[in-house]
Amino acid sequence: MKILVCISKAPDTTAKISFKDSNTKFEEAGVQWIINPYDEWYALVKAIELKEQDTNTTIHLITVGESDCEPIIRKALALGGDEAIRINVDSNDSYYIAAQISEVAKNGNYDLVLTGKETIDYNSSSIGGMLAELLDMPYISLATRVEVEGNTAKVSREIDGGEETAEVKLPLVVSCQKGVAEQRIPNMRGIMAARTKPLKVSEPITVTALTSIVNFDLPPAKANVKLVAADNVAELARLLHEEAKVF
Amino acid sequence: MSVLIIIDQTENQIKKSSYEALTYGVSVAHQLGTNADALVLGTVKDNLSELGKYGIKKVYTISNTILNIVDAQVYAAAIATATTETGANILIFSHNQTGKAVAARVSARLQAGIVTGACSLPDTTNGFVVKKTVFSGKAFANVSINTPIKIIAINPNSFHTSFKEGIADVSELNITVASPKIKVIEVNKISGEVPLTEADIVVSGGRGLKGPENWGILLDLAKELGAATACSRPVGDAHWRPHHEHVGQTGVQIAPNLYIAIGISGAIQHLAGVNRSKVIVVINKDPEAPFFKAADYGIVGDAFEIVPQLTEAIRKINTNA
Ligand SMILES: Cc1cc2nc3c(=O)[nH]c(=O)nc-3n(C[C@H](O)[C@H](O)[C@H](O)COP(=O)(O)OP(=O)(O)OC[C@H]3O[C@@H](n4cnc5c(N)ncnc54)[C@H](O)[C@@H]3O)c2cc1C
Repeated sequence: MKILVCISKAPDTTAKISFKDSNTKFEEAGVQWIINPYDEWYALVKAIELKEQDTNTTIHLITVGESDCEPIIRKALALGGDEAIRINVDSNDSYYIAAQISEVAKNGNYDLVLTGKETIDYNSSSIGGMLAELLDMPYISLATRVEVEGNTAKVSREIDGGEETAEVKLPLVVSCQKGVAEQRIPNMRGIMAARTKPLKVSEPITVTALTSIVNFDLPPAKANVKLVAADNVAELARLLHEEAKVF
Repeated sequence: MSVLIIIDQTENQIKKSSYEALTYGVSVAHQLGTNADALVLGTVKDNLSELGKYGIKKVYTISNTILNIVDAQVYAAAIATATTETGANILIFSHNQTGKAVAARVSARLQAGIVTGACSLPDTTNGFVVKKTVFSGKAFANVSINTPIKIIAINPNSFHTSFKEGIADVSELNITVASPKIKVIEVNKISGEVPLTEADIVVSGGRGLKGPENWGILLDLAKELGAATACSRPVGDAHWRPHHEHVGQTGVQIAPNLYIAIGISGAIQHLAGVNRSKVIVVINKDPEAPFFKAADYGIVGDAFEIVPQLTEAIRKINTNA
C-alpha cells in the first residue's frame, strides 16, 4: 500500500498570537513551530501503524511551505515515513495548497491520503475535502478510527451526536482526529534515520488562489470575572438566571 | 444571482445548525438585495413550506434517499449541479460535521472561494470579506473571497435563528444522484444526550474531579440545565469520559451560551476550544487558576461542595419559574 500524509507546520499551542504590518501578517518572531497536532498525532501515526501491520507499505509525506518547514518535516520523518516532498511556496489559501498537493498525489498512485482534521492556525478543515475532489476520490472527514484490510478501508467518523462506521474501497482521502491513533515520541534511531531519508523540494505549479486574507483582529479583552463567595452559591444561580439570562 | 442555503438533516429532521444557516443566508440576501433559497438533500419529515418563516422564497429538494447518508463525493456533485441549475452565486453551509465533509469539496468542484468557520455577515463595502475564527478562537481573520461563486460555512452556535411569517414554494430538482462509494455499516448515536457542538449549555469537568466515579455531581447539574457534558483533554485521555467529550484546541471547539468549567485549570489549549462561549463560569479551588481570567463568573471553592449546591439552587429557580 502507498500512503501520502499531508503535514503542515503550525505555531506551538502556547504561542502568543499577535500580528504585524497593520495586522495583515501573523507575527512569527519568537514563535516555535510544531507539526500540526492532528497531522502528527493522528494522520502520521496511523500511517506508521498501517506500515507496521503491512511492511509492504510506503509512506510519503508532503508539506506545502518554505524552507522554515524543514525542521518539522524532518521531525515527521523521524517519527516514520520513507520520504518527504516539500512544495516550496507559502500560502494561506486552502485551494491553492490542495491543488499543489493534488498535483503530486495524482501521479503517485496513492491508496490512502491522510490529513489532520484541521490545522490549529487557520482552522479551515478544507484541504482533505478539496484534495479528494481534485483527485476524484471518496472522502471521509473527522475520522475517529481507520483500518485497512486488502483494498477496503473501514473508517469511523464523527457525526452529529455520535459515530458512523463505513466501508470504502481504496483509494480514499481521510481527515483524522482523536481516536485514530495515539501520539508517539520520535526515538533516537528514528532521528538518526531521518537525516538520510530523501526530502525532495519542488517548485509550485501555477494556481490562482480563490481567497486572500485582508487582515486579522484580536478578540476584545474580557471584563473582569465576577466572583461569588463559596458560601453563597445560590447567588451564582441568581446571576446566571437574572443577569446573564442563560437559563 | 441568489443565495442558496444547504440544509442538513439528522434522522430525517432538519438540524438546528441549518436553521442558523437559514437565518444567516437570509440576512446575506437582504444585504445584497437578492433572494435566499434553501436546498434540502434527502428526505425529511419537516414541513418544508414553513421554511418561508425564515424568509426563504423557494425550497429546492433532491428527495433521494441515497442522500440521507452523507457521502461527501455524492453530496458535492449534487450540490454543485443544484448551484448551476438554480443560478445561485452564494452558498451557505453550517461548519458542522456535514459542512466539514462537503463544503470544501464543492469549493474545489466549482472553483468557488470558501470561508469556513465564518462568524460575521460579509462586508461588501470593498469586495466580499468574511470574518472567520483562526488560531482556534484566539483571533479572527478577515478573508476576501475573490471568485464569482462564494461559499460561506458558518460556525455553529454563532448566529441566532429568527423567523416571522411566510410560506416558501417547494419544488423538486431533477438531479441524478450518483451511487455512493461509502457503505455505512454501523451508526452509533449517543441517545438522550444533547450533541456538544449544538448545545446551548455545556457543563465540563477536569482533572479536579479526581476520577470518573465523581462525575455524578456534574451529570446532575447538566441534567438540571438540559446541558451537554464535556471534559478537558487529560480526562478524555484517561478514559474517565468518552473522548468525543474532549474540548479544546485539539478536541471539539464549542461556542455555547453558557460554559461551566468544573475543576479545570484553564490551560491555553483548553481555552482555545471554549473561549467563544458567551458566558463562562469557573468553579475551581485555586484562586490563581488561569481560567478565572477568561471567566465571567466564578466561585473559588471545592467543586464537591459547590456543584451540588448550584444544582439545587438552579432547581429551585426552575421549579418556581
Ligand atoms: C499540544 C497540546 C494540545 C493540547 N490540547 C488540549 C485540548 O484540546 N484540551 C484540553 O483540555 N487540554 C489540552 N492540552 C492540555 C492542557 O495543556 C492541560 O494540560 C489540560 O487542559 C489540563 O486539564 P485539567 O484542567 O483538567 O487538569 P489540571 O491542569 O490538572 O487542572 C485541574 C484543576 O482542578 C482544580 N481542582 C482540583 N481539585 C479541585 C476541587 N476539589 N474543586 C475544584 N477545583 C479543583 C485545580 O485547582 C486545577 O486548576 C493540550 C496540551 C498540549 C501540549
